[in-house]
Amino acid sequence: MSEIPSELKYTKSHEWVRDEDNGTVTVGITDHAQALLGDLVFVELPEVGSEVSAEDAICVVESVKAASDVYMPVSGEVLAVNDSLADAPETINDSPYDDGWLVKVKLSNPDQISDLMDADSYATETAED
Amino acid sequence: MLETIGIRNTDELFEEIPSHLKVSGLEGIPQGMTEMEVSRLMHQRAAENKQAVCFIGAGAYEHHIPAAVWQLTTRGEYYTVYTPYQAEASQGTLQLTYEFQSMMTALTEMDVSNASLYDGASALAEAILMAVRGNRKSKSRRIIIPRTVHPAYRKTAETIVSGQNIELVEVDYDRASGTVQLDAIQQAAGDDITAVVIQQPSFFGTLEDVDAITDWAHQNNVLVISITNPLSIAVLKPPGQWGGNGADIACGEGQPLGAPLSCGGPYYGFLCCSKALVRQMPGRIVGRTTDVDGKEGFVLTLQAREQHIRRSKATSNICTNQGLVVTASTIHMAILGPQGLENTAAACHANTRELVAQLSTIDGVRTAFNGPIFHESVLLLDKLADEVLELLAAQDILGGYDLGEDYPELDSAILVCATELRTEEDIMAYRTALQAVFGIQSMHKEIA
Repeated sequence: MSEIPSELKYTKSHEWVRDEDNGTVTVGITDHAQALLGDLVFVELPEVGSEVSAEDAICVVESVKAASDVYMPVSGEVLAVNDSLADAPETINDSPYDDGWLVKVKLSNPDQISDLMDADSYATETAED
Repeated sequence: MLETIGIRNTDELFEEIPSHLKVSGLEGIPQGMTEMEVSRLMHQRAAENKQAVCFIGAGAYEHHIPAAVWQLTTRGEYYTVYTPYQAEASQGTLQLTYEFQSMMTALTEMDVSNASLYDGASALAEAILMAVRGNRKSKSRRIIIPRTVHPAYRKTAETIVSGQNIELVEVDYDRASGTVQLDAIQQAAGDDITAVVIQQPSFFGTLEDVDAITDWAHQNNVLVISITNPLSIAVLKPPGQWGGNGADIACGEGQPLGAPLSCGGPYYGFLCCSKALVRQMPGRIVGRTTDVDGKEGFVLTLQAREQHIRRSKATSNICTNQGLVVTASTIHMAILGPQGLENTAAACHANTRELVAQLSTIDGVRTAFNGPIFHESVLLLDKLADEVLELLAAQDILGGYDLGEDYPELDSAILVCATELRTEEDIMAYRTALQAVFGIQSMHKEIA
């Protein structure tokens, strides 16, 4: 059973969003996603300052068996990326919701958060996988 | 078997194909022949082949290949295997490919090499696509590509990248030196250039200012793609040493290292890059690792970017290599070693210089460009190049490559090359034949 923290929001493509309550969010991939991917060996992150739109592929996470796109759940400007992943991509496997965060984004449209799934919907979604 | 699957004859298996699409017989094709008859026919045909002395370079070069190279390459274990990439079944092939990659990085002084691509021209196209993916600081997708790059490579690159919103910006060369000048590159670059391609030696055999161009590129967030003859870098500065930081991507044609001319192929393209770009590299890459018992073994690695996993987002549609030719090339490099390669390159250079010196003594023949050349040279003729070459061919001398079609501004020019195979006698015979051609009055070039 994968871990699905109740305070976060989720997408069908297995990203999670933490609303930092100041107009910014933190984004990463879920426990379910990291388990499916296997040991991560490389993460390609976007440039800080770039503008992103919801459903853009902003990052690629690469394991030994796949290189998967990560899709932006919301639109906005990339404020920060998790540089520690360059040397330790496996952090995402060990701590997908905390140390394994991918990007922080300043929301251009705060309403988009309410369009995302809550923990229960995501749990149902992944149970069907 | 027909009874088991319930049909009367094999034609019934094709019943669903509309009859107007079916072919009744292959009328244009003659009856089959016995092995004896085919053998006789081929002998007759082979007798019509001429043995001409070759002074043509232009991207494919006639070199001596030690007998051991193809003796070993045609062993069944190498020759007949199909896609020998599984670690559990193909350690020999994988190890050889790993050795090939190691040799290419040593030769080019780059960090990483892949297991090869189809040929030099398509390797350039892949290098360009790689640079566009890898240069995140540039958005223009514009690539500078001098006219001193092989014309066939430029055309191939255009064909492959044209559908991908990438602009190839052509830069002309300086007429006196036959090289591309840095200020011409800077002017063409404008505000944003993704990469610059430099061929060294150039298609003309001239030597570009690789250090100045590489340093300018790196100061301006431009990636450097080098095209080199892999034999020439046994003597010339390898791409990994260009400028302060070296080229970013090095590609070229591997044919000079162990592949016969063979009417144009098969050859192979090599592709090397800096560590920073390794995840953008297309094609196969062999890695060395240890198994569960701690024993060394070889595997395909970094496969996650390949077509069968990434599909349309893969680094390339190519997910193979030129295994057999690379096998020959690896054995060839192992037999020659670094000293053998250096000796061969030096001999080619000396022979080409001797050829040019001899031919330029003829009234009506002169070198096109000032400055140093390596391995090849452009000669301007006071007679029509195609007619001169035809007269030489009638004497079994392949005098050079006619530059008229690709470089119309070079009025009647040929590109000549003398490899280590060309003897003093060959060169003097060429000189004598060419002198005779220029003695004929009826062929003067029209004065424009």
